[in-house]
Amino acid sequence: MAGKTAQSRLSRNRTRSAWLFLAPMLVTLFVVAAWPLGRTVWFSFTDASLDLISQARWVGIRNYLEWVDWGDGTGQYYGLLADPRWWRSVWNTVRFAVVSVSFETLFGLVIALVLNQSFRGRGLVRAAVLIPWAIPTIVSAKMWAWMMHDQFGILNDMFMRLGLISEPVAWTASPDTAMIAILIVDIWKTTPFMALLILAGLQMVPQDIYEAAKLDGVPPTRVFRKITLPLIMPAVLVAVVFRALDALRVFDIVYVLTPNTDATRTMSVYARENLFDFDQFAYGSAASTLLFLVIALITISFILATRMDLEGNTT
Amino acid sequence: MKPGIWQRIGFYAIVIVIVTQAVFPFYYAILTSLEDGQALFEVNYLPKALNLTNYRAMLAEGVFGKQMLNSVFVASVVVVVSLFLAVTAAFALSRIRFRGRGLLLLTVLSVSMFPQIAVLSGLFEVIRFFGLFNSLWSLVFSYMIFTLPFTVWVLTTFMRNLPVEIEEAAIMDGASSLTIIRRVFLPLMWPAMVTTGLLAFIHAWNEFLFALTFTSTDSQRTVPVAIALVSGRSEFEIPWGNIMAASVIVTLPLVALVLIFQRRIVSGLTAGAVKG
Amino acid sequence: MATVELINVSKSFGSVEVLRDINLSLEKGKFVVFVGPSGCGKSTLLRMIAGLEDITSGELRIDGQPMNEVLPAKRGIAMVFQSYALYPHMTVFENMSFGLEQAKLSKPEIEARVQDAAKMLQIEGLLDRKPKQLSGGQRQRVAIGRAITRDPRVFLFDEPLSNLDAALRVDTRLEIAALSERLPDTTMIYVTHDQVEAMTLADRIVVLNGGIVEQVGSPMDLYESPASEFVAGFIGSPRMNFLKGGVAEAHGAATYGIRPEHIALSDERGDWSGRVVLTERLGSDTFVHVEVKGVGPVNVRVEGRADFASGETVYLSPDPASVHLFDPQGRPVVRSVTP
Ligand SMILES: Nc1ncnc2c1ncn2[C@@H]1O[C@H](COP(=O)(O)OP(=O)(O)OP(=O)(O)O)[C@@H](O)[C@H]1O
Ligand SMILES: [Mg+2]
Repeated sequence: MAGKTAQSRLSRNRTRSAWLFLAPMLVTLFVVAAWPLGRTVWFSFTDASLDLISQARWVGIRNYLEWVDWGDGTGQYYGLLADPRWWRSVWNTVRFAVVSVSFETLFGLVIALVLNQSFRGRGLVRAAVLIPWAIPTIVSAKMWAWMMHDQFGILNDMFMRLGLISEPVAWTASPDTAMIAILIVDIWKTTPFMALLILAGLQMVPQDIYEAAKLDGVPPTRVFRKITLPLIMPAVLVAVVFRALDALRVFDIVYVLTPNTDATRTMSVYARENLFDFDQFAYGSAASTLLFLVIALITISFILATRMDLEGNTT
Repeated sequence: MKPGIWQRIGFYAIVIVIVTQAVFPFYYAILTSLEDGQALFEVNYLPKALNLTNYRAMLAEGVFGKQMLNSVFVASVVVVVSLFLAVTAAFALSRIRFRGRGLLLLTVLSVSMFPQIAVLSGLFEVIRFFGLFNSLWSLVFSYMIFTLPFTVWVLTTFMRNLPVEIEEAAIMDGASSLTIIRRVFLPLMWPAMVTTGLLAFIHAWNEFLFALTFTSTDSQRTVPVAIALVSGRSEFEIPWGNIMAASVIVTLPLVALVLIFQRRIVSGLTAGAVKG
Repeated sequence: MATVELINVSKSFGSVEVLRDINLSLEKGKFVVFVGPSGCGKSTLLRMIAGLEDITSGELRIDGQPMNEVLPAKRGIAMVFQSYALYPHMTVFENMSFGLEQAKLSKPEIEARVQDAAKMLQIEGLLDRKPKQLSGGQRQRVAIGRAITRDPRVFLFDEPLSNLDAALRVDTRLEIAALSERLPDTTMIYVTHDQVEAMTLADRIVVLNGGIVEQVGSPMDLYESPASEFVAGFIGSPRMNFLKGGVAEAHGAATYGIRPEHIALSDERGDWSGRVVLTERLGSDTFVHVEVKGVGPVNVRVEGRADFASGETVYLSPDPASVHLFDPQGRPVVRSVTP
């Protein structure tokens, strides 16, 4: 009777209770995630507006792209894909994600390496490093906004004293520096998370490898490049992907720290302002949908690339 | 090979830089929150005044107290509900073999990658449909989208590592699955529950986008939104002292929690991410 | 009447068949030991009797009633796990009463049963402790106590001694033997890969190998008339000598088996001559490893103390009545002649 599995009452009971136990969670996730996502996608193909959501009618891909003929042989493309403001916010988001994640990885690696040494006061240092992570994003944005204040900010004062700048800079307000300001705050706030994940990877490297290398007289920089780095690479990679997905949906910092301008507007900010500020519900839904697609693609390729062991069979 | 004196100095220099950059902004926020009037607009590196005016102003304003309570309420209920839903789900996902388990876990995990903005318009409709708009329950409800997958994921990993034989002993003792969860596993899971509960709490406490979108009146707002929306009549009248005082008030409990449960949080974060 | 019967029982994990056509009939009140090398399916068989694993095909009966579909707790069995599997957060008393509570027994009844079991195992003083505060041996007793309170028809043990140190293992083994005396109506099924445990405890031994039953019999049956080369090698310590080539062919067999204790050693004369390679002195016995010319390496037991230098020439005489002969498939050829 190959292939056929005889299930006893115990197994059947257990399978049944499995679904019973999963049901509340699955229903909740369906109502808060799957259904709304489906609706968002649907709205993006309609003419829904904030007050008349229920009367939305199908309009095809008009929110994404539409050729409007002016009747004299000329015309113009409209829609999200033809909106320079959208492409500007895509560019801002990507730029933000790449720069912030790179710096966070670099700094996180340095901090993790320091915390992986044993020295007096390590516990305190680790506690201190966790503080930026513990502070709510909004609060850190406000704290830094105050520190970066063009007139009374301590950052300008510091830099002037050090001779780095000759006159006060309006960090958050000026289009030239607004993105830098956002990056500073985000890197400051999120590096601890990165450091912790990398530290966990470092601590899984068996100590005797280092001892063996020491006995062989391998210089420390070589040990780092040839032994440590390859061994922690998987942990770093996972951390980078997690952070990148997070960075691509950035909203809070941008919204609170800087005025809403082309210099800093990200995809999430763009989507939300269309949804709720400009009363372009359908159009904003289209932007949300595109953002979702980008993130879904990255996630799926990551899961496929690493073939994550979800069943936990090998652990 | 002992590190030379210069290497040691270099190392401690790095340590000092790390610690300073990490704590300085918070330190400076506290410092500012204790200043008033003119002192606020002078750049000080060391505490000069110890003036509680800003704190008194914030707390005297009734609505801030209400907003604090809102935040506490939302975050606590979110923790309780998501732990409750996640424990049974994690039991099924870690302990019972059934077809589609891997796929299910994958789905749950992928929900935690959802950009919040992607569900915003759909969720807005659902919340209005249930009549929850501008109610704290809209936040409890919507926060499930990020706390639930995370909690399920971490608890599943944790439960998977509990010894199988204990569960089998309970089966032999005639305990039902629910009894096994309640009487055998739950008491063993406190560490994981504390960790995930704490992380869910912090996450819910800090959330901004949903709170900004699904509440519309001051008395229903949570603290992050309240702080973000404080403004003066003009750029020059922004009450920085008050904002800093409010910031310190909302942050202190978190910093305290994080420092007390340092180890737990670190292990929870890494369990959520590294274990793949 | 037989209490536990397995009829054509097979077990597969996915497409891998780990147990094939097991037919066993285990008598009430007997102490039965499943023995066999690692991975042969002992635990799986035990767990199928317990109800923790599905039976892929075939039937399990206890006291004549089919059990395939009965929930573990309703089968009238109790199990002692290798790791003890005590509930870490419960006291000893709670550990022992948990099952009774699930069975909805009354408080006084539970109290009485736990006290009885505790008295029997001399753990009355430990009832308020948590498992963490117990030694390995004490945990083992609690695990057994938890099983006793359920007053089972069948008692299952899966390598219960393997986590104990050598001295404690012997003590506990004796206690388990005593326990089975005290519970004459309870069938004990005990899994081990240690043949000494099997020989000392069992009324009947079931030798498993590669998912099939090699032989069932009393310890002395297996020792004296092994039904296969595998059983012959598995039962008895140290291992039976297996000789191939000329010696075996002279008896018309592929393998010639003789136990170390069935060979006489002399420094003057004997059937075989050889050179001492190594001697192992255990005090009570000495094992002499001899390289016999034209025969191969042979291990010989000498009672008491014996001193041989390596390289010394000695003479060996196997007891003809104790020779076991096997064909190339490992089946016995001619039963060794009984004296
Ligand atoms: N859940 C399972 N899934 C797949 N194969 C399994 C499972 N459990 C056991 N097996 C396989 O079944 C065979 C028998 O396993 P079992 O645990 O019964 O051996 P055992 O005789 O108890 O060995 P040991 O003395 O090492 O405990 C082994 O080859 C094992 O790999
Ligand atoms: Mg086993």
